[in-house]
Amino acid sequence: MPTEPTASDDKIRCDACPVMCYIKPGAAGACDRYANHDGRLVRVDPHIVLERTVSHGGRLVPFQATGDWDGKIVHEPSIFVTAIGAGTTYPDYKPAPFIVSSEIDGVDMVTVVTEGIFSYCGVKVKIDTDRYLGPETATVRAEGEAIGHVTTSEYGSQMLSLGGVHHLTGGSKKEGRVTCDALVDLSNCKPVELTIDGGATVVVQAGYPPIVNGIAEERMRVGCGSATIGMFAKQWHGKVDEVVVVDDHITGVLSEHQAGKLLDIADTGIKMKGRRSTPGRYFQVAEPGTGWGGTRISDPLSVLGPFDAKKARPGMTMLMVSTTGEHAAYYELDEALRPVEKQMPADLKLSVERIQENCEPALCTVLFMGGAGGSLRAGVTDNPVRLTRSVKEALTRVTSGGAPVYVWPGGGITFMVDVTRLPAGAFGYVPTPALVAPIEFTLRLSDYAALGGHMDHVRPLASLKDNETLQIHSQPLAPGQRA
Amino acid sequence: MKRAPQIAYLADGRRLHLQDGPIDLIVEARGGEANVRAAYDAAARRFDGLLDELCKELPLLRQAADPAHCPLQGNIARRMHQAVAPFAADCFITPMAAVAGAVAEEILGAMVKSARLDRAYVNNGGDIALHLATGEHFTVGLAERPDAPGLMRTMVIGSDDPTRGVATSGRHGRSFSLGIADAVTVLARTASQADAAATIIANAVDLPGHPAIVRCPAHDLQPDSDLGARLVTRDVGRLSGSEIEDALEAGADHARKLLAAGLIEGAVLRLQGEMIVVGTKGIGLQGSRAPLHGTAAESPLHV
Repeated sequence: MPTEPTASDDKIRCDACPVMCYIKPGAAGACDRYANHDGRLVRVDPHIVLERTVSHGGRLVPFQATGDWDGKIVHEPSIFVTAIGAGTTYPDYKPAPFIVSSEIDGVDMVTVVTEGIFSYCGVKVKIDTDRYLGPETATVRAEGEAIGHVTTSEYGSQMLSLGGVHHLTGGSKKEGRVTCDALVDLSNCKPVELTIDGGATVVVQAGYPPIVNGIAEERMRVGCGSATIGMFAKQWHGKVDEVVVVDDHITGVLSEHQAGKLLDIADTGIKMKGRRSTPGRYFQVAEPGTGWGGTRISDPLSVLGPFDAKKARPGMTMLMVSTTGEHAAYYELDEALRPVEKQMPADLKLSVERIQENCEPALCTVLFMGGAGGSLRAGVTDNPVRLTRSVKEALTRVTSGGAPVYVWPGGGITFMVDVTRLPAGAFGYVPTPALVAPIEFTLRLSDYAALGGHMDHVRPLASLKDNETLQIHSQPLAPGQRA
Repeated sequence: MKRAPQIAYLADGRRLHLQDGPIDLIVEARGGEANVRAAYDAAARRFDGLLDELCKELPLLRQAADPAHCPLQGNIARRMHQAVAPFAADCFITPMAAVAGAVAEEILGAMVKSARLDRAYVNNGGDIALHLATGEHFTVGLAERPDAPGLMRTMVIGSDDPTRGVATSGRHGRSFSLGIADAVTVLARTASQADAAATIIANAVDLPGHPAIVRCPAHDLQPDSDLGARLVTRDVGRLSGSEIEDALEAGADHARKLLAAGLIEGAVLRLQGEMIVVGTKGIGLQGSRAPLHGTAAESPLHV
């Protein structure tokens, strides 16, 4: 360990080893292991930290704010041969850069490795939030440029459709460049700030919660207040007289709700504020906010009026809970029919935990979608349509950077892949602008020959020695390659 | 408290990891258990004190090399000088340009001297010294991008090839580069020669005066850098296809001269997704653009 560093101006002298580097604030020494953090010598050990991060599936973040650390990977390589960085021969029709055969399970398998240039591509973004992001078909912008639009929402999620050939090549040069940047960043799991015309600003990053107008979303609600009543009515039946699920959109009341009626739950004389929509469903019980169930209230009793003395009776029990289960309280009516908070019985606590358990963490997910058409297929076979047919017949497996893909039925090879399943930095671009994404076709050697494959370019993995061209290989010589 | 180098097996139990200060080596030997053991012992023994030995001459190692005269004493220091001397007449270069390769070579030398090995390598952060007994070969992976694990190009180096050193240099590495190459990988007879040549070729991949290239004096970043006030590359913006080609060609031109002079056996130059291969053995066609990669055309592409 180093002894106390000697300060001189703003730099410090590291004496961890005889190199005795002078290190400026925010920089690391020659070893990349010791750094100057606000005038203090700190150990950073990027190798070990990085290795651990990678093995836990974490994201790689440069440890220096200046971003000039090369992010070298010190870990065992994956075994699968992927196309990332394989290069592409586009736009000519030469055989794909690497056609590698290796023996898998006694079957001579062929992996055609290529890096496709996709000008027909985009990303579909699913944002788990109930917050209003903007109207359907509204333009989505990055750096002020139109890069896509809001499309139809899905349950508990808002959907964006970004990129596509129109924004990549159909608009101004800047529009194409900004679209390409946003797609590459989103596909490489980096955060991108998007603004929606007439709506919100949202920071989207695959695998992370959305940040809507500066506030990070934590959980998806289990459903609206009314849906929550429907989901849990049976579990509450017999354990409590009344349940109110507080929700900014639709607050649910068990005794009045259809679900409660079906269970013959008796009236409780409860009186809700807000506007009644249908029995047991109330709009606008409170202003929206960050309190209970997306409202601004901190005391749930504020959404109730006095109980009806004709129906309510002392000792009646009531559970109030939010749509995420993050807030909950238990009450009993006193002699004056006023709710008094009491300790929640264990079985009700369990039902609240069940609500929490059923709320999934709010995430942004990004699917890359691209069409592998014309000449990319020609790099694989001299009869391109046979490759398409082979994919359709499931004889050829398509992967992207080793990750499974969904191949959309119909013409061409249009595939979708969850970008978080690809290794870091898997996507690139060319100045066209278009995205460069890895795509691999794996099939039996005999099937490859049958579909007109470039048999003379197939290289068995085992016989690379005398080959004078570059080969692709699953295993580097050793970790710690320096670029 | 005495600083001790870190000497340990990696998790696979096969490879040895040696680390001291900025030196970080991955070592692997094959050739029977007793031989491997003896080789690893020799590597560890040689490693102990190696950094101190180098640092004794550090001020001199950080000065521009004299092409004709070597004032250095230590074995490794002299090897560093020898590797950079052929370039010293034409440009500024210090023996530090070959430090990683020279250290790898030294450790490998100690191993080979004390055991009969089929093959062995010492990888010093990407600068690699190789040993190959007759009939053996190594497959060396090339990282396309440092941030994309799992994918490599490979080159096969056989015992008949003269290559025993591989080194990579570029602007993403730990050392600064005067050029803009993402990576230049060089094959040469020794690791120290490969190291020095990779530095020189990577420096030559450049577009002087281009507005998209951000440069900054080396000593502003690392006060004691051997490059002093020389401008090192900090960032490279988007370049057009023809600019990439021009920059790569400048480096390739240099590489071809070194190849003709017998200083290197081959080189792979990369910049923004484009690549040029120079050399005959193992890595492609001599002096021509490899047929592996088309130029990223500026016309709309429809895949």
